[in-house]
Amino acid sequence: MASQAQLSFDRPDNRTLIVRLAGSWRVADGVPSPSAVQDELESDPPVECIRFDTQNLGAWDTGLLIFLRKLQDGFANRQVEVDAGGLPEGAGRLLNLAAAVPEKKDTGKGAKRTSFLAMVGGEVITAVASTAEMVRFIGEATIALGAFLRGRASYRRSELMLIIQECGAQALPIVSLISFLVGLILAFVGAVQLMQFGAQIYVADLVGIAMVREMGAMMAAIIMAGRTGAAFAAQLGTMTVNEEIDALKTLGISPMEFLVLPRMLALILMMPLLCLYADLVGMLGGLLVGVGMLDITFVEYFNQTVGAVDLNDIALGVVKSAVFGVLVALSGCLRGMQSGRSASAVGVAATSAVVTAIVFIIVTDAIFAVVTNIIGV
Amino acid sequence: MAVDATKQEAHITVRNLTMAYGDFVIQRDLSFTVNRGEVFIIMGGSGCGKSTLMRHMIGLKTPAKGEVLYGEKDFWAADLEDRQRMMRHFGVLYQSGALWSSMTLAENVALPLEEYTDLSPNDIREVASLKLALVGLAGFEEFYPSEISGGMQKRAGLARAMALDPDILFFDEPSAGLDPISARLLDDLILELRDSLGATVVVVTHELASIFAIADNSVFLDPETRTMIAVGNPKTLRDESEDPKVHRFLTRGESTLPGE
Repeated sequence: MASQAQLSFDRPDNRTLIVRLAGSWRVADGVPSPSAVQDELESDPPVECIRFDTQNLGAWDTGLLIFLRKLQDGFANRQVEVDAGGLPEGAGRLLNLAAAVPEKKDTGKGAKRTSFLAMVGGEVITAVASTAEMVRFIGEATIALGAFLRGRASYRRSELMLIIQECGAQALPIVSLISFLVGLILAFVGAVQLMQFGAQIYVADLVGIAMVREMGAMMAAIIMAGRTGAAFAAQLGTMTVNEEIDALKTLGISPMEFLVLPRMLALILMMPLLCLYADLVGMLGGLLVGVGMLDITFVEYFNQTVGAVDLNDIALGVVKSAVFGVLVALSGCLRGMQSGRSASAVGVAATSAVVTAIVFIIVTDAIFAVVTNIIGV
Repeated sequence: MAVDATKQEAHITVRNLTMAYGDFVIQRDLSFTVNRGEVFIIMGGSGCGKSTLMRHMIGLKTPAKGEVLYGEKDFWAADLEDRQRMMRHFGVLYQSGALWSSMTLAENVALPLEEYTDLSPNDIREVASLKLALVGLAGFEEFYPSEISGGMQKRAGLARAMALDPDILFFDEPSAGLDPISARLLDDLILELRDSLGATVVVVTHELASIFAIADNSVFLDPETRTMIAVGNPKTLRDESEDPKVHRFLTRGESTLPGE
């Protein structure tokens, strides 16, 4: 008998208004607007007393309560006597419950408009503070590294090994795939241009130098930023949420040495190896295009590559990759340690770790490019 | 356990402590004394700053004003190294247990021992097993924190807090999330440890049953006036306090003071 909600009025005498509710009053079925009652109140002669008649009221839920609450708000600034006796008992009690604790006004939330200037100022203050925090973090990491070099850092060797495995051997498949394809793509791009001059043999130079100087280190670093940097941030963030970092601090164990140091060491050690590996696999990708498409023999391609790439180029790539390793580890750990104490904050920390790491990697790479150009490496 | 009044010796003294996040003051002008060997409760409604007060006492947050003294020594005026030395005499049980999730229970308990004692690996293993046995977790040495229940995690956290035989044990909401029987067992364990180790115990809680069962002394923080409004034994406070807020809290709001 899910009949529509019905609202009707009755004026048994001049001063009384009876509001009749009938049918089913449920949120899902739609509920009449309280404005009809307001209109009725406006009419002459003025109403002084309101009663409810709910004899034909069917099922009701929150829909009815919302209707009544809006009515109450309307009555508040009117001299009307409301007799809630006719309402279903449960509804009356729920309304009293909702009104039991007065609305808290000064919660400091909501409509607080700040001017544009204040907003800019606030952002600047935040940016300065976060830069200071970052510098402090880097300083603390350096101190931890110093303690490690003097053999006085407290960390667990087994944990370091685990992280090395995690960010070394286990990263090989994805590094293989990406660098192979990058080598292949470089060869294709070069081949199309160089074939116009019949100089396709120089594809070997192009792929070799580009992989060794730039792309090997960069691709490995970006993969590690997405893979390991985010993982570091999520791990440390969750440890913050669980008070595990607090537990370390109260034991006087420095989280810098215990957590950040092994992660940094693992990446410093593994990134150069991953970079060399990526260089090699990338050149294999180029080789495939050269031999398969450009009619260069394997030996020719090999000799051309050996002639083009010298040890300085390789060394440059390896040094860069170690620096990138530090950047990935530091941004992952920094964001993880800064993480707030909630699940969404950990997600934000992981995202922000990847973004920070990639920005730093690209900026550092640009600095390297300029500096090596000036000193002629 | 009634402490002989003539032998009372201040172990922790909090003097005019003000706690704030930036400009936002959480609690101001807190002054109280925790005597050696007593169970001291920090109580108050939700969000009044109980846990924050504990974080100030264990060195995780710097006070905006005032001091915390351990014995005669000013904790926050000491340099970092001194402070860490003092912190080694604390054991802290965090609300969630805060076990290091990448380590087994035995490794969790062993870590402080590895850091601060010269025991051989074999001895450390034995000490860790003993501490786990004390909290009823013998045989769980090789379990990871995620493999055991919440109550067991708390007890393992307690085993770790006791690893270095601390003078002071801090508990943050020990009975939160435990069923009444486990909570009761943990209370008994706290009293047992206090009596056998002679440790001073500071407990943050709002669990009335626990409060009346274990407390010797307490401080009541009020979120509205942002300061402490009562100090003393909770039973005495319940029966004698003139303050309606304290009275209502300690009677679960069931009785009110005459004239209210």
